[in-house]
Amino acid sequence: MPGLMSRLSLIFKAKFSKALDRAENPNETLDYSYEAQLRQLQNVKRGIADVTTAKKRLELQYATMQQQVDKLDGQARDALKAGREDLAREALSRKAAVQGQLEGIMQQGQQLEAQQQKLIEGERTLQAKVESFRTQKEVIKAQYSAAEAQVRISEAATGIGEEMADVGLAIQRAKDKTEQMQARANAVDELTASGALTDLTSSGDDIDRQLAQISQGSQVDDELAKMKAELGQGEAPKQIEGEAT
Amino acid sequence: MIVRLLGEGQFRVDDSLLERLNELDDAVMRAVEANDERALWDGLQALAAAVRDSGSRLSDEELVPSDAVLPPEDLSLDEARELLSSEGFIPDVPVAS
Repeated sequence: MPGLMSRLSLIFKAKFSKALDRAENPNETLDYSYEAQLRQLQNVKRGIADVTTAKKRLELQYATMQQQVDKLDGQARDALKAGREDLAREALSRKAAVQGQLEGIMQQGQQLEAQQQKLIEGERTLQAKVESFRTQKEVIKAQYSAAEAQVRISEAATGIGEEMADVGLAIQRAKDKTEQMQARANAVDELTASGALTDLTSSGDDIDRQLAQISQGSQVDDELAKMKAELGQGEAPKQIEGEAT
Repeated sequence: MIVRLLGEGQFRVDDSLLERLNELDDAVMRAVEANDERALWDGLQALAAAVRDSGSRLSDEELVPSDAVLPPEDLSLDEARELLSSEGFIPDVPVAS
């Protein structure tokens, strides 16, 4: 089976090689092509701006999620003080779930950051190449016969077409990444927006199923035990038993 | 020959590098078949490094098609599968008509 490189190379060749074979008037083709490039460049700028906006929104949500972790921890503590271990367990389960999503978002955020840097660089290159095309098309118009011009136009326009597709793909990937992060953030909103711990009698809903999947039982047990110890409930640590005699 | 690293740009490399790139490409393919994302990223990084190390970047004035196109280094397994099964992975761009 051919690899990814072979596959990509084939796709690019198929997409861009014959685009200009039947251009009848080289001069018109050149001007049209340049105008199309300018429009594409505007699309690229808009795409990058969209990614930047989505990323900023996610950063705000990320901060809110961190507050949720603290809040749930406090709720668990309060519940335990009130003798409601069931509530404390629920709060800690939710906390574990939020933390799990947070870690995923942070990891994706790092990848998005790197992609964004490359996007900015890609836009700069594309802009420079479009500018080169503008200069070259005047040279081609002035200096070459129609037949020669065909070849040169085809080559230059294909080169630019590739560049466009490259940046276009990078924008698409960055957008996909922000959408994945958004989905994680929304899952957290669902987890925490249900009035948290006021109605624990309802069961079997989405949140419960998610909790069951995501929360790690042992982590919750450990934290419960730790909180109990801090609050002087439950089994006291062993060294204290010794001192009590 | 001219090689494009997606997300990074075009490089001019010696034709003799193609054999090495094909070997690395095979390794990348084995990683995809084994569902091993870590090995996939290692393979993609090795591919990109081979091009960067022995090639020189094309200047912005050079407008030429590529002879080979390499995937981005952080391609996910899902994206790799999409790429192998569909052309939709690469966006359409009006070159001219």
